[in-house]
Formats: sequence, C-alpha cells, structure tokens
Amino acid sequence: MAHGPAKGITRWLFTTNHKDIGSMYLWFSFMMFFLGGIFALVIRAELFEPGLQIVEPEFFNQMTTLHGLIMVFGAVMPAFVGLANWMIPMMVGAPDMALPRMNNWSFWILPFAFAMLVSTLFMEGGAPNFGWTFYAPLSTTYAPPSVTFFIFAVHIMGASSIMGAINIIATILNMRAPGMTLMKMPLFVWTWLITAYLLIAVMPVLAGVVTMMLMDIHFGTSFFDAAGGGDPVLFQHVFWFFGHPEVYIMILPAFGIISAIIPTFARKPLFGYASMVYATASIAFLSFIVWAHHMFTVGIPLVGELFFMYATMLIAVPTGVKVFNWITTMFKGSMTFETPMLFSVAFVILFTIGGFSGLMLAIAPADFQYHDTYFVVAHFHYVLVPGAIFSITAAVYYWLPKWCGNMYNELMGKTHFWLAFIGLNLTFFPMHFVGLAGMPRRIPDYALQFADFNMISSCGAFLFGAAQVLFLFNVLRTITVGKKASDEVWENPEGLEWSVPSPAPYHTFSTPPEVR
Amino acid sequence: MYKKAIQQYAWLLGMMVCTLASVALGATDSVERWGLNMTEGVTPLSKEIYGLHMQIFWWCVAIGVVVFGVMFYTMIVHRKENGAKSSNFHESTSLEVAWTVIPFVILIIMAFPATSSLIKIYDTSESELDIVITGYQWKWKYEYLNQGVTFFSNLATPKDEIYNRVAKNPNYLLEVDEPLIIPIHKKVRFLITANDVIHAWWVPDLAVKKDAIPGFINESWAYVEEPGVYRGQCAELCGKDHGFMPIVVKAVPENEYDLWLAEKREVAEKIRALTEKTFTFDELYERGKVVYEKNCVSCHQANGEGVPGVFPAIAGSAIATGVVNNHLEIVVNGSSKNVAMQAFRDQLPEPDIAAVITYQRNAFGNNMGDSLQPIDVLNYKNK
Ligand code: HEC
Ligand SMILES: [Cu+2]
Ligand SMILES: [Cu+2]
Repeated sequence: MAHGPAKGITRWLFTTNHKDIGSMYLWFSFMMFFLGGIFALVIRAELFEPGLQIVEPEFFNQMTTLHGLIMVFGAVMPAFVGLANWMIPMMVGAPDMALPRMNNWSFWILPFAFAMLVSTLFMEGGAPNFGWTFYAPLSTTYAPPSVTFFIFAVHIMGASSIMGAINIIATILNMRAPGMTLMKMPLFVWTWLITAYLLIAVMPVLAGVVTMMLMDIHFGTSFFDAAGGGDPVLFQHVFWFFGHPEVYIMILPAFGIISAIIPTFARKPLFGYASMVYATASIAFLSFIVWAHHMFTVGIPLVGELFFMYATMLIAVPTGVKVFNWITTMFKGSMTFETPMLFSVAFVILFTIGGFSGLMLAIAPADFQYHDTYFVVAHFHYVLVPGAIFSITAAVYYWLPKWCGNMYNELMGKTHFWLAFIGLNLTFFPMHFVGLAGMPRRIPDYALQFADFNMISSCGAFLFGAAQVLFLFNVLRTITVGKKASDEVWENPEGLEWSVPSPAPYHTFSTPPEVR
Repeated sequence: MYKKAIQQYAWLLGMMVCTLASVALGATDSVERWGLNMTEGVTPLSKEIYGLHMQIFWWCVAIGVVVFGVMFYTMIVHRKENGAKSSNFHESTSLEVAWTVIPFVILIIMAFPATSSLIKIYDTSESELDIVITGYQWKWKYEYLNQGVTFFSNLATPKDEIYNRVAKNPNYLLEVDEPLIIPIHKKVRFLITANDVIHAWWVPDLAVKKDAIPGFINESWAYVEEPGVYRGQCAELCGKDHGFMPIVVKAVPENEYDLWLAEKREVAEKIRALTEKTFTFDELYERGKVVYEKNCVSCHQANGEGVPGVFPAIAGSAIATGVVNNHLEIVVNGSSKNVAMQAFRDQLPEPDIAAVITYQRNAFGNNMGDSLQPIDVLNYKNK
C-alpha cells in the first residue's frame, strides 16, 4: 500500500496524487504571479512620470490586459485550486481527491492555455489589448487577430476550472471520514464547496460569452453589433454575470484560510462558525444578483439601477459579519504574530478597507464619479492583493511546514510581510486619491496633477515586487535546507491535517481517521 | 496584569489621533495641492453627489474607527507575551444579530438620499438645449441639435510634450482644439452615442459620466451654475489612444453663447462655399497636411508608416499610389475589411477630403503628382 511516487518526469506528467497535483498548481500559480507581476511593473514604470517614455499606448494596453488575465486566471485561481488539492482531502480525512485522473487533466491543460495566451504577445498585431473585461466591440470587430487565440485559451481555462470544481464537490460530498458531518468541516472546506458551485454556475457563462465573440468575429453573427441587430451592452451583462461571482470565487477560499489561521494564533476557537457558513452562502447567493453594479453608467433603466444598488449594498451585511467574527475570535485570545498570522491580520484590516470603498462604489449616484477611475482600481486591488494574494501567502507559510516537513525562516517571513505590506499600501492607497481627483483607469499617460501620487504608487509597486522575490527565496530555502518541523508545527492547531506526520506522507488517511 | 498593554494601546491611540488631527488640519491645503478628493463640481447635482460621497465616506470612517479600535486593542492587549490567557467563548447569537442589524440600518439610512439623487439624475426631461455627443476613435463630435452646428473636438497637446521633448503645459492632455460651449443656467441635455467602440463621456465638474455606445443613445444632463472651463476625459477603454481623447467644456453666459453660435454658423457657411472653389495644388497640399495631422496621424503616423500589423502605411500604399477612385472610396466610405478605418464622409467637409487625399498621394515619397478638387469629392459622394 505505502508505495511512493514514481521517478523522474513521469511522476509529474502522469500523477494522480492530490499532493503532487496540488504542488504543481501552486508552482504554476507562483510562476504566473511573477509573470503577471512583471507586466504590472511595466505598467507602473510607464506611469512613473507623465509623458510616454517606456512603452507605446498600444503595448501598454496589452500589458494591462495580460496583467489582469494572468493574475486572475493564472495566479489566484490556480493557487486556490492547488491549496484545495493539498488540503481538502487531508482536512476531511480522505485518501485523495474523488476523481484523480480528471485532477491530472485539469491541471495539465492549464500550461497550454497560458502558453497560448502569452504567445499572442509575439503575434502580428500584438496581444489582446482590450482589458481583462474585454468589452465588445473593442474585443470583436476592433480586436487584433490574436483574439481568437485568447478565446481558445479562455475556453481551456474554463474547462480546467470546471473540472477542478466538480472534483472538489465530489470529494467533499463523498469522501469525508466517518463522523465528519458537514457542520464539522473546517471553513476552508466549506468556502471551497460553495466556491466550486459558483465556478460550475458561471464558468459556462464565460465560455458562452467568448463563444458569442468568436461567432461575431468569424461566423457573421451580430450578438454584440448594433448594426446587425445586436447590442454591445449584452456583452457586459453576460460578462458580469460571470464576472461578479468570479470576484467571490477569488475571495471565498481566502475567507476559509483566514478562518483557519486566526484561531490557531489566537489560541481560541473560531467565533461564530455557523454564522460564518451562512454568511458565505448568502454572499454566494447575492453575488448572482449584483452584476450590473459594474455597469451603472451604461444607461440601464432607473428601476434596474435601483435594484442593483440595493442588492449591492446588502452584500456589506454578510461580509461585515465575517470581519466581526474574525475580530471576536481574536478578542480575549492569547495571540502571537508569526508570519501567517501577520498576513491574516493584514488581510482583515486591508480587506475591510477594500470593503469600505466597495460600499462607497455601491452608491450608484456616487459611482457615476468613481466608475472607471483609479478609485475602482484601488478598490479591487485592496480586495484582491491583501485579500486573495495575502491569504494565499498566509496559507503557504502556514501549511508549508506540513507539505515539505521543514520550517521556514521566521525573520525572513516577517521581513517579507513588512515589505509587502508597506509596498502594497504605497502602491494602492494613493490610487484612491488620484481616482477621486479624476484620473481614468487604463491610460498610459496622465495629466500633471496626478504626477506625485503616481510616482509614489510606482515606487510602492517595485517594493512589493522585491518583497515577492524574498518570498520565493524563503520558500526555496525552506524546502531545501529548512529546519525540521514538528508534526504539529504550531501550538495546538485545529484540524486533521496536523494529525499526520510532517512532511505529510505521499498517501494519507488510506484508512479513514476517527472524527469525534 | 494588562496594565502595560493598556498603556501601550493608549499610546498608540494618542499617536493616531495626533496624526489624524494634523492631517485634518493640513487637509484643506493639501486637497487643493494634491487633489485628494472628489470635486464638488458646478451643478446642483454634482454638489449633491459630492454630499453623498462624503456621507458614505464618514460612515465608513466611523465604522472603521470602531472596528479597528477593537481590533488594535485586542492585538495589543491580548498577546501571549503580555500574559494573556485565551478564553474559550465562540458563539453568541445576540452579538451576531446585533452586527447584522446595525449595518443593515446604516444601509437603509444611506439608501434614501441615494435613491432620491438617482431619480434626479435620470430626469432628463424639459431640457433647454440638446447636444448629441458622439465618441470616435479618438475624438468627440458635438452636434447642437436643430442649431446647424457640428464640430469635432481633438486633443490639442503636441506630440513633443507627450514624448518629453519639450516642457509640458499645465493643461497637458486636458486640452482640445475646439471645446464644447454651453450656456450657464440652462438645462443642457446630452445625447451620448458612439461611432465605433464604447467610449464614456466624463466631466467630473458636471458629475456627468455616461457610456457612449455604438448604435444606442444614452441621455444625461447638466445645469451649470458658474461660468468656467471644465475638463474631463474619456472613461471607457476604447483602444490605443483612449488616454488621449479629452473633453473640455466651456460654460459661458447666454449672450456670449449666442454670439459664438452665430459665428460658428458663419464659418460653416464659408466652408460650404469653399466646395465650389478650385484650389491650386500647393493650397491642397498645405491644407491636406493640416487635415492629415489632425485626423489621420493617430493611426497612420506622422511619417506615413502606420503601425505594422495594425494600421497600414500610407507611404507606398497600393491605394494611395493607385487609382484615385479607390482612394476616395476608402476615405469617404471607410473600409469594410477593417472598421478602424472609418468613413470620413460626414466627418470632414469636401475641401478637407480633397486636400488630405491630395496630400497622401504626394507626401511620404508618394509622387503621384495628381490632385483632387472639392467638387470631385462632392460628385463622388452624390454618385
Ligand atoms: C482609427 C484609426 C485610423 C484613422 C484615424 C485613419 N485611418 Fe486610414 N486606415 C486605418 C486602417 C485600419 C486601415 C486599413 C483598412 C483595411 O485594411 O481595409 C486604413 C487604411 C487607409 C487607407 C488605405 C491604405 C492601404 O493601402 O491599404 C487610406 C488611403 C487611408 N486609410 C486614409 C486615411 C485618411 C485620409 C485618414 C484621415 C482623414 C485616415 N485614414 C485615418 C485606420 C485609420
Ligand atoms: Cu461585481
Ligand atoms: Cu476611451
């Protein structure tokens, strides 16, 4: 039974082991994170000063587009799937994922999708240049020829996500150890279960919208072309019907991670477990009926505008519940601040700030001034960088000792945290100001009154980038020469994953554990 | 046991209050200098929106003070190194209910003024002046409905400033060749649409931002109270020069507006008269150069070399060095193959079309030696 991994490259190509696949997802995501980061730095370098100095507008637009697409589909989503692969079987006491062969397949199509996407940079006419939201007709009638490759790449990413989601649902619903009732599952499992349903619901919608684009471009339809009886705004409705749940796909698993880490370092059980589950479910439900808040200025009728404004404001309630629960978990605990905890605390603070700007954006009349400015850029980077990215970072520090059996270097981890924290705030906080002062997003050059803050943002971005290099180094060092970690790693952490040795053996829970 | 910790907390709190206070004191000054906040604008609606923005902002600050206050308190006081022992409580229905209900109530308080503003924003009835705004890649067209005045508004910032060859002027990227002129104290309705891709017409001081969507017309309005020059930009990504299609609105007293309108009509009349005129080759070439630099360089480039793979070169192009009628066709009616090459039929008057074609056929090393008269263009259009 206890056979180890195969040798050589075939181990990785043919593996059906959830831990191997999890690791591949995580490494892939790490690579994409750096690639997307380099694109972001090109943007920030150009925006360092007014005037055009480094890139031409045409290329600048390709950078903003690829930065967004790669961070969303290449860095954040695969990282969460990687964490799910590693942790969910160990958290529910299952020997592996329910559908291990599909698991292999859903990972291995990803590198092809992204190779294709990135290769468009070298095509005639350049890479996609219409923003990660690829509004028609800029992305159809007016798009560079490479858009067809982009569409195909999105199809593959979607297929991968759907397969991943099916696998996660099947695992959670069928493979739990005896005694692991739904309401005993760790929150990370819960949030991923709900996320997986969101994925299954909306990835086909994304596939649909890119297919409609494909038809418009190559087969003479006019879904998004008014001249042929279509409607460009239809594109936005379909896109955001996918797009809004997508932003929760990128944050719900993060909620799960934070809900695992804070109790460990507060040495106190998670406050309001049940309300956390219900809040997650309500956020997921609400995420389907708020999409048009991205479209307050497209001219939807007044009633529609009001409906989407109220629904959007409502999301603040369950989100607030989560934040209050985390803080109350910390309250009267006995706290220490190791690296994962630092990232988690920063998550709570900065995600809340992102939530505040989100609440402001929900007020439709004010959104007429905020929409498509740097205020929006600040908002979603505050929920995505300290939200998704910090939670993933926290998760890596938290579980890395379990994965590889070695402890990371705490001083380096803390340095990484502080550099990233300062870099992030320097980068994104000033964006609130320039946005309010009137700087539109997605412009390669700007008026003089925005110069000071943009310079600060650019410096912050490079600092943030440098911090991530330290992160990579710390991870590599831990895996190769790190000090041996204990099986428990932390002081009395909750969860089945801590009951197996460090590093976790290739096969865990071949016989189901007992859950009281 | 917590005494030291609580002292630390108080110290931190004090620090924060001091910073906040000094920021607030310096704020009025720095808002001006650094542009920290949304503009109040110059219309009743823009002021209302600013009020809403500040109201929700202060709610956020208040909630933030409470939430972060508790959070920092606990992070400082309930530390293991300070000897804190963890309790074990992990549930409280009354707390959960409280922090569900209180935010809900705050939201309802906010929803009322927001709804009332929105209703006003949507009320475009009873306008005194209607202006059709059309977004083009990458310029705006303004058409004064039933007034016989139509013109394009292009970026006026010279390339030399953009490419850092000369110093930038204070209105860098926010200046146009012809601003939109509107009268103050009148309800002006904007009918916003686009010719190619989606753009968005945004002037912060008027609090008007509306998407310009090809094939559809959106409405918005403004009632400007103070004369002045108000600057904005396209807000929706619309391709390469999205960052280079600013908007300038000049609000003037009514009599000044009427004068301007009359003048505009006269100029239009003069241009119409030019259609009858026969130009010399040099006149056409010179005029064509100006037209080209205003309308064609963003794609075909100043040297006529285009952008490989995206916009074709004019230098040595088959059309610009081929039969004149093909050249006329693509400029007048646009290209069916690639819609980025728009129809200039209604964008340029006949003399300008004749001139720019003559220019393209004889510049950048194209030595066709032929020229075109406005009347030829008119005949072609009417064919
Ligand atoms: C928004 C970008 C854009 C602008 C502005 C623009 N063009 Fe074009 N132009 C194009 C594109 C794209 C094509 C290629 C059309 C095709 O492939 O059928 C083109 C093609 C042409 C051609 C044919 C070149 C060839 O040999 O294929 C001519 C002539 C031309 N344009 C003239 C003009 C003139 C005159 C103006 C200004 C009044 C102008 N264009 C402004 C994008 C533009
Ligand atoms: Cu949304
Ligand atoms: Cu634009």
